[in-house]
Parts: sequence; structure tokens; C-alpha cells
Amino acid sequence: MTDQTGTRLAPALEMRGITKRYPGVIANNNISLDVHPGEIHALLGENGAGKTTLMNVLYGLAQPDEGEILLDGTAVRIAGPADAIARGINMVHQHFMLVPVLSVADNILLGEETMANRVFLDRREAHRRIVELGRRFGFEIDPEAKVGSLSVGWQQRVEILKALYRNARILVLDEPTAVLTPQETEEIFAVLRRLAAEGHSIVFISHKLYEVLEIADRITVIRRGKVVGERRPAETNEDDLAELMVGREVQLTVDRGISHPAGPVLRLAGLEVKDDRGNLAVRGVDLEVRAGEILGIAGVAGNGQDELVEAVIGLRHPTAGTVTLAGADVTGRSPRGMNEAGVAYVPADRHRFGLITPFSLADNLVLTSYYRRPYARGLLRDGDAIARDAAIAIERFDIRTPSASVTAGTLSGGNQQKAVVAREFDRDLKLLVLDQPTRGLDVGSIEFIHRQVIAKRDAGTAVLLVSAELDEVLEMSDRIGVMYAGKIVAVVDGRTADKNEVGLLMATGGAERPAAPVGVAP
Amino acid sequence: MSASAAPVGGGARRQDSAISRVWSVAAVPLVVTVLSVLLGGVIIVFSELLVPGHTFDLGLPLVAYSALVSGAFGNPDAVVSTLVYSTPLVFGGLAVGFGFKAGLFNIGAQGQFLVGALGAVMAGVALAGAPAPIAISLSVLAGFVAGGIWGFVPGFLKAVSGAHEVVSTIMLNYVAVQLLAALVSGPLKVPHSPSPVTFDVGNAAFPIILGRSGHLGIVLAVVAALFVWWLLYRTTWGFEVRAVGANPDAARYAGMRPKLITIATMTFSGALAGLAGSSVLLGVTHSMTSSFGTTVGFDSIAVALLARSNPLVILPAALLFGGMRAGAGLMQIKAQIPVELVDVLQATILLFLVASPVLRRVLRAGGRHAGSTGVDLTATSTGGDAVAV
Repeated sequence: MTDQTGTRLAPALEMRGITKRYPGVIANNNISLDVHPGEIHALLGENGAGKTTLMNVLYGLAQPDEGEILLDGTAVRIAGPADAIARGINMVHQHFMLVPVLSVADNILLGEETMANRVFLDRREAHRRIVELGRRFGFEIDPEAKVGSLSVGWQQRVEILKALYRNARILVLDEPTAVLTPQETEEIFAVLRRLAAEGHSIVFISHKLYEVLEIADRITVIRRGKVVGERRPAETNEDDLAELMVGREVQLTVDRGISHPAGPVLRLAGLEVKDDRGNLAVRGVDLEVRAGEILGIAGVAGNGQDELVEAVIGLRHPTAGTVTLAGADVTGRSPRGMNEAGVAYVPADRHRFGLITPFSLADNLVLTSYYRRPYARGLLRDGDAIARDAAIAIERFDIRTPSASVTAGTLSGGNQQKAVVAREFDRDLKLLVLDQPTRGLDVGSIEFIHRQVIAKRDAGTAVLLVSAELDEVLEMSDRIGVMYAGKIVAVVDGRTADKNEVGLLMATGGAERPAAPVGVAP
Repeated sequence: MSASAAPVGGGARRQDSAISRVWSVAAVPLVVTVLSVLLGGVIIVFSELLVPGHTFDLGLPLVAYSALVSGAFGNPDAVVSTLVYSTPLVFGGLAVGFGFKAGLFNIGAQGQFLVGALGAVMAGVALAGAPAPIAISLSVLAGFVAGGIWGFVPGFLKAVSGAHEVVSTIMLNYVAVQLLAALVSGPLKVPHSPSPVTFDVGNAAFPIILGRSGHLGIVLAVVAALFVWWLLYRTTWGFEVRAVGANPDAARYAGMRPKLITIATMTFSGALAGLAGSSVLLGVTHSMTSSFGTTVGFDSIAVALLARSNPLVILPAALLFGGMRAGAGLMQIKAQIPVELVDVLQATILLFLVASPVLRRVLRAGGRHAGSTGVDLTATSTGGDAVAV
């Protein structure tokens, strides 16, 4: 496939010398990118490198200050998303743009209604086309299934079908595998390969190096708005790509060293927790996390991990069972009570749960301790103490910020998470609860945070790590518990765990039969 | 870091940021007020055409506005009158603004105002003969507590059942109106009086400290604004209030208790509105009739929005609205423009404020609040946090 591309006359898509400036930053600086028919071109870069801006330019959401876009060799001006779609450019966003309560067919038809006449939809024709498209690319899908009942992997397929239904020739996928299990990732890759074989052009945006190496025909790496290199998978490797991406040598996997676990710190016994709708989300979990070890919880999102974490940190009252911390029963204690007992928590969604973005960095650093000495005496806050310790934390945790008084919302994602980590790590802890602590972060920040976690573990803290990113769990954990349908179905050794084995447990819960036939039945 | 900062030399930089700080607080209120005044001028010109015999007169707005300004600030008496009109608006603006800071829209300031006045008159009448310091402080306290109760109820309902405070406070406004009418024409009525009116508060009345009508409440209002500012930005409780207002989820995760804070905030907000009622009763009317009731509670919402809930900005905002009320009479006499024009001006100010996310984009004054969506009034008005800290 790669060999053919050179012989083609004009690429399906060519972006030439794209420059896009925003006040104070050049988001894209003379970026050129081309994709040939039948090619999968990966766009690799850290968060904030300019990937999203470039794709917004392509999708007509932003107009470039300089440069041009050519489709099949002809310069075009893309006025907006509707125009882009009309020209055969389609985007599959990281966060799916689907309506969960509608059926697969209705979601696909939204905005692109196949009409039988002026008034009525031609559902039969639409269904026929959807089923046919699915078959062509290797999957059976029930057009009547409610999207909300589908697994994430199948929802992604619906997004892709939506694009194909609109006769997309150029498909842009933004971090498509972020939420998938390894098996689902393989399945989506198979679909993508078939799409390419049929002559579609695919732009694959990612920051996962091994995936890019596996799927792409060509890889373009951008850093700080500039193209810093173009590679073919055969002539590069993960270390080379990482160095290009970050601009310095990085250690991709933190050496976790050998753990020396001591006695149990956190003990869950027969824990049952209900979710917001009153359904039992955690169904009898028995688990032990020992001092000086990292216990990872792997599982497809929505299998009760959130509720489990919330019960451990005191946000949710268990309906049955007990939570024991260092020998003391702490079941049902408040979040502040847990915090004072030596439990720290780093949430997955730092914007929603970890930070108050309109508040200053200094205020965010004392968000859990603002009421205690030295930050307050009685009702009175001590601004000097807050500022002094903020300066120390900024230094120690390498938070890149103009000052401690800027609002947290103005910091980059990596620095925001460093602020959360600084707040939660900077004291003696018994238990550290991490919920996808590096979601959406760049390689450098991930490396930093992983190091901090290992250091905490080596200092004798028990670490409970929950992540939908199996890679992170595998990389960090001394032991891995697999959560499925509200239960821990297996606990395996983190050093010897096989990725596919764990992935299969995540998807099936260890049952003999394969995953529930999602996507076929509603 | 500021996208709008001009590339200036190191020395000028600090000054530049100080100016831009002030500008980012004051730009929207100023522009909104100027736009409203201009629009009001257009309305004056065209409404005159409806009066038989009147003609197109481009000079009329100028006449009207100069009368309005001199009625509000033209002489010492006018200034004192403006201060008196502004006093309850400061308390009310603080009440509504404090609620906004916690993400609560206390639209019930009017009801809390009435109940606060009721509490003050009951205590005042009972203590009419007591020594003034005792009578005054206990009467003020009674208004504070009564308003607080009226704010506690919707706060409590919201915390336990999720009942939205906008709905419950509006309903309590009606309850307050009826309660006041019932008490003033019933148990509190002066026996054998031809009209429903209470006894005078006697020694509980605020002493006059400025000109002919400037009462003690003026000073209390300024003190209250400083106090609320201190509370919000210098105490742990204020930190919690602002945290819950800015991001209740993160506040909960950080160990705060948003429900308790909701109750406390609504109670304190109601108590401040109660002080507004007390200040009018003890400072101006000294007794209550069944028609006691102004638009203070609703004007307070406008004041809080205009000041974007910043307790210190509430002082000039209240002065603007109070000045319009004080000057309206002279405007009617000199320019034959009905006093209701003041309501029109307030309404246009509100309308422009609702559109302020657009304005701010135009002004680029909101660069620091890029996160605020400005979809609803609450979001718009709580956006001022970063600047005021």
C-alpha cells in the first residue's frame, strides 16, 4: 500500500504551509501534511502541539492565516463543518457525538436524512445502506439498537459508519483508541485497514506510539506547532518517535523497581455500593491494598470502578460491607474525615473534580487543607502562609506557571494535574487513590507523575490505581484486580500479567463465552 | 500571560496590569450604563412624539438627564437623598451578590426585605421607649434574623429536596406580602386608626447624622459592604462559599459540604436583605403601613448583576440606582419626563447585562474569565472571582 502512494498523481488531501496564530501563540507554524488515497497517515504530537488546531482548520472550524488546503490537487476554501462534510471530509471525535437514546440508524441519519419524499424519511433504504456498509467493512450492526446500550467500541463503529454514510473519502480520527480495550482496538484497526484498502484516506491522531507504529503507513510528528519529522514505521521505533515528540530523550516506561509490600492498609470486605440511580454498581468486593504496593484496577469504564472509588474516599456510602483503613473501620466517613485519616485522591476529571479553575493556583493548592493551620487560624485565612507554601509546591513539583496567583484554568493540562498531585501528595499518606491520573496528559507530564507515584509507594503508601487505560495499569501496578460487572473477577501479578489475558477478563469477566453480543441485540 | 497585554517594557508592566485589573472589573458596568443612557435618550425623544402637540426635540434627553443628575447630586440635600435611596440597595445588592457567589439566585430579596422590615418594626415598637442604643441594635438584629429565616427556608428546601431557589423564593415573596398585610391590618395595627398603620418605632429610629435625612443606615451599609468583602475573600467560610459557587463538584470532592453551605448562604443572604428592610423602616418610614413595599428587592438584583457580585463595586452600583431614584422627581418637573423613565433605564441596564458575554468579547475585558460561559445570569455574575481575589 505504501509503495503505491508514491505513484499517485495528487494526494487526496494536501495541507500546504498552514499557519494559524492565536493571540500570543502560533498554534500551527507552516505545517504541511498530505494523505494519499488508501493511506493511513498518523499525526503524532503531545497535547497542545497543534494537532487539534490543524484539524479544526481542515474541518473549517478555523481559517488558516497562511497556507492552503488542496483536495485532489485543487485548492479549496473550507467554510465550515457542513462544507467539509460536503467535500467528503469527516471527523470522528474523541468524545462521541452521538445521542444515546436514539437508535443507530437515527444517529446516522441525523443531519443527513435519506428522504423517501419531501416529508418522510426513507427508513427502509437507510437501514439497508447501514447494514450493507457495516458488512462491507466487516461488522454486523443492528440499525435499531439504541446507541446508549452499545459498548464504547461499537459506538465508535457507529461514528465511523456515520462518516461512511455521508460518503466520506477522508476520515479524521481523533484519539480513537483512548477508551477501548486491546481487543476493541484490534477490531477498530481491522476496520480502518479495510477502509484504507477501499481507497479511503485516513488521518489518525494519537499520542500512543506503539499504536501509531502498528496502524500507520506514514507518521508525521509535530511539536509546538511545527512539523519536526516524518517517518515510516519500518524506519523508526518508539524511542525515536518519543524523542521527536518531546524534543528530548524520555524514559517511556518508568522503572517501577521492586516493591516491598508490608501489612494491609486498605481492606474492603463485602463492599456493596449503589450508583446514582439506585442500582447496585459494586456487588460485593473484597480487596486488600498493602503498604508499599500499587494495586491497579483494570476494567471497561462503567463496571463499578467510579462507585468503588467514591466509597473508598468517602463520597458515597456503601449499602453493605466495610472499609478498613490501617485497622480502623472508616466505613461511611466523610471525604474530609478520610482526607484527615491520610487518604489522598487524584480524580480523573481534574476540571470537574480536581480543581476550581476560576480560582488561583495558590487557592487550588490548599483546596483540601484551607481550613487548617497554617492556612487558617479559626475563620481567618492566612494569605502569606498560602502563598509561601504555594511557591514551595510550584518549585518542588515543577509546575510551570507565571505565578501562584494566576487562575488554574489558564495552566496547561499537565501543569493542572501537577497542581492536583502537589496538593494531594505533599504530606504523609496512608492511602493514595488515583483515578486515571494521567488522562490526556503529554508524555513528559505522565513520566513526572508516574515517578511521583512510585516514590510515594516506596515511601510506604498504599496506592489504589483505577484506570480505563489498560496500558497505565499494566505499567504501574504490582498487582492488578480486574473489575467486571461490579465484582473483582481476578487478581493477577502486575509483572507477569499478559495484556490480552487481562483485556479478555475486562471484556468477559472470565466467563467462557465471548463478550455479550453488543451491537446486534438492543 | 494575559493575551491582551501590550508588549511594553518591564517598568511599565506592573502599572499596565493594575490598569487592566481595574478595567476588567469596571469595563462592562461602565459600557452597559453608557449604552443604557444612550438608549434612554432615544426613548425620550420618540416617546415625546406620542404627546399631542409635542415635536421632535433632540435636545430633550440632555435637559432630562441634566435634571436627573442635578436632582441626584446637584446640592448637598440631593446628595444626602441619593445616599438614603442607595442604602437599602447596598444591603440588597450584597444579599443577592452573596448568593450569586455560591451559585444561588436569590430572587426573593423582596420578600426578605419585607419580612426584615416587619421584624424591625415589631422589635422597634416593642422597644420604642427603651434607651436608643439598645432599641436600635435589637431592632436591627430582629430585621437581620427575620430576613435570615426567610432565606433559610428556600436554602433548606434546596439542600434537602433540590427545590430550586428561584421558584421557592418567588413563592415566599408572595407569602411575605400577604403576611405583612395581615399583620399590619391586624395585630400590629394602631387601635382605632382609620388606616392600617403600626405604631412608631420611637427610640429605635436611626439617628440623623448627615443633612436633613441622612440616617445611620448609610454608615452601616458601607460597613456591611466591607464586611461582606472581608468575609468572602479573607475567611475560610467565604472560600467555601466561592468554591461551591464556582464548582460544587470539586468542592464536594475537596471535603466541603455544599448542602450546608447552600443553607448558610441563603440564610445570610436573606439576613442581608432583611437589613435592607430594617434600614428603610428604622431610617426613613419609622412605622409600617400595609402598603409598605418598594421595588428595593428587585432593584437589588440589578445592582448585584451590575456590580458582578463584587461587594465593593456594589457601593457605586447602588449609588447609581439610588441616584436615579432620587433625581427622578426633578427630572419630571423640569423636563416633563415621567419618573418611570428610571425604570426603563434600569431595565435596559439589565438587558445589556444579560448580553454582557457578547459585550465582553467585544471589549476583550473578559480575557481572564475565558472559562465562564455566561449562559445564565448566575454564571455571568460569578465570573468576577479571579479579579477580586
